[in-house]
Amino acid sequence: MNSIQELFQKKDKNLLSIYFTCGYPKLEDTTKVISVLEKNGVDFIEVGLPYSDPMADGPTIQESSQKALENGINLDIVFEQLITLKGTNKTPLVLMGYLNQLLKYGEDKFCQKVVDCGIDTLIIPDLPMVEFENHYQELFDKYGITNVFLITPHTSDNRIKKIDSFTKAFIYVVASASITGAKGEISDTQMDYFKRIKAMNLRSKLIIGFGISDKSTFTTACKYANGAIIGSAFIKNLGNHGIAKIDDFIKPIIS
Amino acid sequence: MKSKFHPDKNGYFGQFGGAFIPELLHPNVQELADNYIQIIESEEFQIEYKSLLKDYVGRPTPLYLAKRLSEKYGATIYLKREDLNHTGAHKVNNTVGQILIAKKLGKTKIIAETGAGQHGVATATVCALMGLECTVFMGEKDIVRQAPNVARMKMLGAKVVPATSGSKTLKDATNEAIRYWIQHPETFYLIGSVVGPAPHPDMVARLQAIISEEMKWQLKEKTGKENPDTIIACVGGGSNAAGTFYHYLDDENVELIAVEAAGLGVKSGESAATSQLGEVGIIHGSKTILMQDEYGQIKEPYSISAGLDYPGVGPLHAFLYESKRANFMNATDKEALEAAFELTKIEGIIPALETAHALAVLPKIKFTKDQVVVVNLSGRGDKDLETYIKHLEE
Repeated sequence: MNSIQELFQKKDKNLLSIYFTCGYPKLEDTTKVISVLEKNGVDFIEVGLPYSDPMADGPTIQESSQKALENGINLDIVFEQLITLKGTNKTPLVLMGYLNQLLKYGEDKFCQKVVDCGIDTLIIPDLPMVEFENHYQELFDKYGITNVFLITPHTSDNRIKKIDSFTKAFIYVVASASITGAKGEISDTQMDYFKRIKAMNLRSKLIIGFGISDKSTFTTACKYANGAIIGSAFIKNLGNHGIAKIDDFIKPIIS
Repeated sequence: MKSKFHPDKNGYFGQFGGAFIPELLHPNVQELADNYIQIIESEEFQIEYKSLLKDYVGRPTPLYLAKRLSEKYGATIYLKREDLNHTGAHKVNNTVGQILIAKKLGKTKIIAETGAGQHGVATATVCALMGLECTVFMGEKDIVRQAPNVARMKMLGAKVVPATSGSKTLKDATNEAIRYWIQHPETFYLIGSVVGPAPHPDMVARLQAIISEEMKWQLKEKTGKENPDTIIACVGGGSNAAGTFYHYLDDENVELIAVEAAGLGVKSGESAATSQLGEVGIIHGSKTILMQDEYGQIKEPYSISAGLDYPGVGPLHAFLYESKRANFMNATDKEALEAAFELTKIEGIIPALETAHALAVLPKIKFTKDQVVVVNLSGRGDKDLETYIKHLEE
């Protein structure tokens, strides 16, 4: 069974996921950040693979990726870092990267390394459904890896139903027509969209992301979904205050 | 007849193309994919497009027999004078067409990326003409080196937004345009080259195909034959080359030469010769050949020419390269500058720096006297005067 699915069996409400960028703020911080997040009771962690041209990311994550690349991070180092957590880390990890990284590294080699690190869930924002069906579904199945699809306020009901049928971990509900980045609040239009998705009674679990930044937006999102992901707001905090202050960021959200 | 150089239903030319886009862009791209061919082939579009090209852009552009250039290189060299278009380059063929498509789809806000600023100017121009709001993304570095075009865009009423990430050139301007498009799905992304997610590469190629459509009857008039022996065009993303090659792609006896920017030299580490330095990968929503490291991080290209300073190439060109249908050559900054000065001196035409790269391969090719060669003179050099003057002084 998929690691996130297993998690949902134990807990399916108010799940908090945190996104962070590997190798940020320092090259060797990847595993430290994961350990501190785990200690703070974060339910699952989105591990961002820094990319030179992250099309779906806003300025905060772009800058963290840039910094991580300047720190010398690359996929070999990421996998070396993550494999050290295998066995000790109990919090499921989800890898988020762009398709060109997987393509250039070698599709099979990439998948094998992912599995070696005890990870079984990927988010690849520029992998469209048609390419998934034509090629990647078979590849991922071979390695027992599952891909998380995103839906947006503009995704048609038919498409959402199709995504629902592919989904093994969760559906990533993008909160607005947006790139990543903290917005501060959730609008009525967004609320209507969350309600519409909830009313579809999909079989998949729903996690809301993009624009979730604090206790208030997290709580609102959790009314309409099984949980939410905080990314840019966490990265901003990590950049400004370092690993030592992660507790101060997470505690108020979870309490 | 279906040509192997036309994309399949998923937008692939051989293994290249496709639409690798976040879900957020799916509705926009799908809307365009569902409608663009029908719109372009409609009588209504064709009448308006052709009439604007004739009366507003000034087409057909001349096919000029460059006698002194021909003499110098021992061939029969024609210049397809895209530099004489309104706004000074081939870019306007595409913007006139796309603005009509945007209007047909009911879009009122237009965004575009630009490198040398020619596409930005051509987009700002048609937006002024149609009364539509225009935002152009341009690399911070290019804003400095192509200042006259920035001024023109502003005068035309466009908002110019600097792209400050990465190499601060065309690649980054395109990233910013795509990010803005994701956040503003009501906008129409008027892309400037045969790049981006399908159907953009095919749409732009169809709109630039007017260049080779005219070449066919012009050559017939002048030489008695529709086909030249050789066609030469510069390639950054590849829109002028796509238009110049388009109606000759299936005529395998017409030699196609695509010229990339070698910068300081293909192996210098400061180059934009994508076909020589690139490998298969995904950039700006399209699978193509691109300059990248072993981990798939996109490399920063370099060329003196802002319009060719791009780490990828359109998927059609990647296919032409792989299938060997086109011969890919390249020219350095220095060779391009020399070619620009030569054309100016012996033909009285100041070409754009991009175009100068196409001219710069003439000394590298062995011609025969009656070999009919068409060089696409994609743009004029007004925007590059500062660079040229600096070179004159050195």
